[in-house]
Amino acid sequence: MAIVSTSKKACTVNPLKMSQPMGGALAFMGLANCMPVLHGSQGCTAFGLVLFVRHFREAIPLQTTAMNEVTTIMGGMDNIEQALLNINKRAQPEIIGLCTTGLTETRSEDIHGDLKLIRQRHPELAKLPIVFVDTPDFKDAFQDGWSKTVARIIEELATKTTEAIPGQVNLLPGSHLTAADIEEIMEMIEAFGLTAVVLPDLSGSLDGHIPEQFTPTTLGGTTVDEVRSMGSSLATLAIGQQMERAALELEMRTGVSYTVFDRLTGLDANDRFLMTLSGLSGRPVPLKYRRQRSQLVDAMLDGHFYFGGKKVAIGAEPDLLWSLGTLMSELGCEIAAAVTTTYSPQLEKMPCAEVLIGDLEDLELRAKDCDLLVTHSHGRQASERLGIPLFRAGLPCFDRLGANHRLSVGYRGTRDLIFQIGNVFLEHSHENAPDSWPLPEANDEPATQAQTV
Amino acid sequence: MAVLNIKVQEVFNEPACDKNQAKGEKERKKGCTKQLVPGAAAGGCAFDGAKIALQPIIDVAHIVHGPIACEGNGWDNRGSKSSGSLLYRTGFTTDISENDIIYGGEKRLYKAIREVIEKYDPPAVFVYQTCVTALIGDEIEAVCKAAKEKFNKPIIPINVPGFVGSKNLGNKLAGEALLDYVIGTEEPETTTPYDINIIGEYNLAGEMWQIKPLLDHLGIRVLACISGDARYHEVASSHRAKAAMMVCSKAMINVARKMEERYAIPFFEGSFYGISDTSDSLRQIAKLLVQRGAPEDLLSRTEILIRREEARAWERLNGYRKRFEGKRVLLITGGVKSWSVVSALQEVGLEIVGTSVKKSTDEDKERVKELMGEDAHMFDDLPPREMYKMLKEARADIMLSGGRSQFVALKAKMPWLDINQERHQAYAGYEGMVTLVQEIDKALYNPIWEQVRKDAPWQ
Ligand code: SF4
Repeated sequence: MAIVSTSKKACTVNPLKMSQPMGGALAFMGLANCMPVLHGSQGCTAFGLVLFVRHFREAIPLQTTAMNEVTTIMGGMDNIEQALLNINKRAQPEIIGLCTTGLTETRSEDIHGDLKLIRQRHPELAKLPIVFVDTPDFKDAFQDGWSKTVARIIEELATKTTEAIPGQVNLLPGSHLTAADIEEIMEMIEAFGLTAVVLPDLSGSLDGHIPEQFTPTTLGGTTVDEVRSMGSSLATLAIGQQMERAALELEMRTGVSYTVFDRLTGLDANDRFLMTLSGLSGRPVPLKYRRQRSQLVDAMLDGHFYFGGKKVAIGAEPDLLWSLGTLMSELGCEIAAAVTTTYSPQLEKMPCAEVLIGDLEDLELRAKDCDLLVTHSHGRQASERLGIPLFRAGLPCFDRLGANHRLSVGYRGTRDLIFQIGNVFLEHSHENAPDSWPLPEANDEPATQAQTV
Repeated sequence: MAVLNIKVQEVFNEPACDKNQAKGEKERKKGCTKQLVPGAAAGGCAFDGAKIALQPIIDVAHIVHGPIACEGNGWDNRGSKSSGSLLYRTGFTTDISENDIIYGGEKRLYKAIREVIEKYDPPAVFVYQTCVTALIGDEIEAVCKAAKEKFNKPIIPINVPGFVGSKNLGNKLAGEALLDYVIGTEEPETTTPYDINIIGEYNLAGEMWQIKPLLDHLGIRVLACISGDARYHEVASSHRAKAAMMVCSKAMINVARKMEERYAIPFFEGSFYGISDTSDSLRQIAKLLVQRGAPEDLLSRTEILIRREEARAWERLNGYRKRFEGKRVLLITGGVKSWSVVSALQEVGLEIVGTSVKKSTDEDKERVKELMGEDAHMFDDLPPREMYKMLKEARADIMLSGGRSQFVALKAKMPWLDINQERHQAYAGYEGMVTLVQEIDKALYNPIWEQVRKDAPWQ
């Protein structure tokens, strides 16, 4: 159980957090043939592009309504209108996703009303789904932007049906999952004879495939029709606490009931997931997962020597913090410092004394005598200064290859994660030396001490 | 805001910018910022540009006043290198919240400045204004003034909310801030007849260090580089230089020109990209210094160095001529392009089959024709789809461009080399030209191309 507090500083130093619209834009990137747009000034989009390009090492579709000072004060409808028309003409997307920014939220606009008017004026947009989300930069964080966006996509597109699609389940992955994670979960679902509609599906769009042609929009990902069919599914599986909002939205609209899995990293967590799938499909857990389970148990046995008693400092968004923190604590680590970006009910349950909503300076100060630092690539400076190894987790990861292909869910993913982190501990294990056990200084002059008594 | 508008106008009227002066009165008022097309725009904001220009000052604390977007999404992502303090790589931001929007963010900014000074004690603090805080009317100049008096340290307001314009405008506004608040406020410990400023050089990938040994050899001292690997004190005392070189397009021409006006420091525009440009720049530096009273032998010493270094570079480059025979280059870069690089690449046997001329003047376009022949392709704006097609149809063997179009080339399974800001290689001076050619060779002749272009056996 942890006390959750918020940093009282006036100046954030070395931000851990990224802004909400970025999370929103990334969620839209998990839709097929989508063009995400930030409703704001061009610079916000440029920063977003650089951020995602460096992390995914992929071409990133992201546009801007190109607001300036005057249009901000006058209201942004004309810019939204022009942006929609231009994108529709040039990129021919199947769906457009619009995230607001701090700039346009400061002078609160009625985008709902604007969109209605724009649609009336332009029949060519009639069939084009346009989903907009309120994501001011000055509130919440990346993870919130992601989950709000998924909820909004569902609100706009999911429809109640009477026909069920046999064997179809909905999978709502949190922003902390990679393409590899999503693929692994799909494989687990399919192993029970079920099929999954994944929303959003970064494993389809940002998995590094080589397209035959160049497209300005996303290529791969969840199609609009698939989202529309989510109301016909058997059940919804939400991965990460952040996805409850979207799962609930879906249940309220379509009646499809949901289960939230707070994480899929760890033995217990996966036992529960597989039993849920078994219940949904009426099939027993396939043999391959029985084998994988015992491999994970073995990995825990082999690994616990190196995790036990280690002090770890983690800086990550709530759901990632939860996944990694609980796993490491289950293997015997002490979570000596936990810093996160935004509030989540999960945080109070963290196996540590305090969770701080703060920045990487806070983490660095608390990590002084830790054995391992776990955070995104921006932790590299702190790691160097402290002389503590850094295990990169989360977005952005710009100084390592394959960020979106790292697997850490399922029995297999948990096993691999234990090996990866365990190897960092092994590599930095402490060697004994002749001066490892000095006597306390006071013993230097026992005689004088005895005399003065 | 009114003050800022005047500044923006002033910058647009830059008399030393020939591109600008070629325009009519009305057109000039509009400045270099084209009206952006919503839904089809690309490029960074003025804040971004100012940060690019000033963040290379290594010992300053750079505080971004605004919501998390401006700093949180992009801090520590530049390639400017430091030989000393690493404070410039620390991300400071007020990360304003909804409450600040309602009640104003000035108090938070003031407290932020105090915290930074207490914890990090930098020689100066730069405060960057961004869109949201400008919109709610936070007066950063007033806050900086109060903080300066209280903490007895230079606290410099950089008024560059993103929405006033492009990166390029941001560069210039950054320069204005240096002129208004920094340059001329301190004195150097000593001066020599060999002191120069280098303006508009950001030490990306450590490029200054490819030039510095040359200057060192000649006994020329860089009093201040504005702003790569600079200390605050160096910039503040840069008004005592004898001459200046302005590099890299026209990004900071206002600084060079106004320093000439105010402190009588003559400057020239030069480039350290390419062999002949590097030599020319060294010659010009020497010439200006001698004009300002440095001993004449500097000129001959410079010639000797140039002859030696050019020979050493060509010796290493000539080996590539055979390997580059018939290889075609597509050169896509936003304006920052040195003709000397083009001619050096041609010299080693590469054929430039196309180049972007988006930010080029008519004069530039004439140069392209001169250099590459009448049928060289000039693209105003090459959409990714076209770029991809060109590469896919193998009308070029390698693309040199910025990171933005990287994946267009890679997905077409074509060699690509980063020559813009995010690059990790240093391409300046004689050494840099050799590196560039080596990198092109590495990309062209990497063994992967054959395998990755093969279809899967079942296709
Ligand atoms: S456009 Fe404005 S809000 Fe966006 S990054 Fe630039 S300064 Fe910040």
